[in-house]
Amino acid sequence: MKVLLRNPKREIDLSGPRTVDALLGALDLNREAHLVIRNGTLVPGDERLHDDDEVEVRPVISGGATPDGSGAAGPDPARAGLPHDAFAPAPPGGDG
Amino acid sequence: MAKCRVCRGPAVIDLPRHNAHFCASHLQQLCRRQVEKAIGDHAMLTPEERVLVAVSGGKDSLALWDLLLELGYQAEGLYIGLGIGDYSDDSGRYAQAFAAARGLPLRTIDLRQEHGYDVPTAARATRRVPCSACGLSKRHLFDRAARDGGYAVVATGHNLDDEAAVLLGNTLRWDVEYLARQRPVLPAGDGFPRKVKPLVRLTERETAAWCLVRGIDYQVEECPMAAGNRHLGYKETLNAMEVRSPGTKASFYLGFLDRMAPLLAGHSLAANDALNRCSRCNSPTPGDICAFCRLVETAADHEPVPVDMIARTSGRRR
Repeated sequence: MKVLLRNPKREIDLSGPRTVDALLGALDLNREAHLVIRNGTLVPGDERLHDDDEVEVRPVISGGATPDGSGAAGPDPARAGLPHDAFAPAPPGGDG
Repeated sequence: MAKCRVCRGPAVIDLPRHNAHFCASHLQQLCRRQVEKAIGDHAMLTPEERVLVAVSGGKDSLALWDLLLELGYQAEGLYIGLGIGDYSDDSGRYAQAFAAARGLPLRTIDLRQEHGYDVPTAARATRRVPCSACGLSKRHLFDRAARDGGYAVVATGHNLDDEAAVLLGNTLRWDVEYLARQRPVLPAGDGFPRKVKPLVRLTERETAAWCLVRGIDYQVEECPMAAGNRHLGYKETLNAMEVRSPGTKASFYLGFLDRMAPLLAGHSLAANDALNRCSRCNSPTPGDICAFCRLVETAADHEPVPVDMIARTSGRRR
């Protein structure tokens, strides 16, 4: 089966059949951090994938800038003082 | 074939923390209910209020906008172009495509065009991590847009994974002040709008799945400025625990809100004395000129810096 991976985007060939969870295991990917899409449709972990399937393994963990833009590494001296800055000791990753 | 717990139809996703599989329809039902519960439990919004959604083009903010509209809220989007090369260009296109497909207006602010700098240049000019200038810019501009546009609330796409990771970081540092302020609602005050996080009961996997089953295209690539940062490490740690013990993240964060946050009330530093108004933009500030206007002053004078010069390198990316 053709398997599309992201970050960086690349494609590999793997043999089937194997389950989605087995695929993630073989790629050493955490199932909580990924979704698997087969031929354009989301599939659960126990679904069997076959040689002729086109599969995308999509990471779901965002580490990029949040829409409200919180800093990555805790308190930010540049925003000292303003109470509303406290809303965002939040992540760099609310949103991809 | 695995079956949906609710209707016994073909499942599209397994959610171990719920010990269940769901079809596309009942996955959406679950997501809607979780967001309704978050909004209700924390008195985030009312249907009469206009909500400004902070839209990035990623899965969380587009899912948030979609969910708020689904639930009958008056949600309008604002996208800020950060100038992070192709990443920002693509993100903007996803945000615009979402709005166009639904006939929704999307307001856009371009940092370079409107304020004379971009995030990579600001990072170099201030000699700080890019997330710092990025965060400062977005907080300021969303606050200002809400104030100027008469919005009661700014809604952001922070999800359960985001909040659990921040909680882990704050706990590892025993940063009591930040722990005391880590709530899904920040009340309005001092010239700032209320800020809410309606997705705090949904994991990233669930918000991504929402987008997939709703046909929402979003920015899948990771921000080149953020790769390898500490926050991502916290998420990896929590997800390793989650796989061994499903429900760990929800228990950690939602348990914190239920049982620990009330004990920390009053441990947050007192708000500043009366804030002044920035002499340049009229925003609330403890000094004469706000942090955003100082950033503009520093970054807009700097020669533009390409993304590649700032982007972090990391061997942990997948």
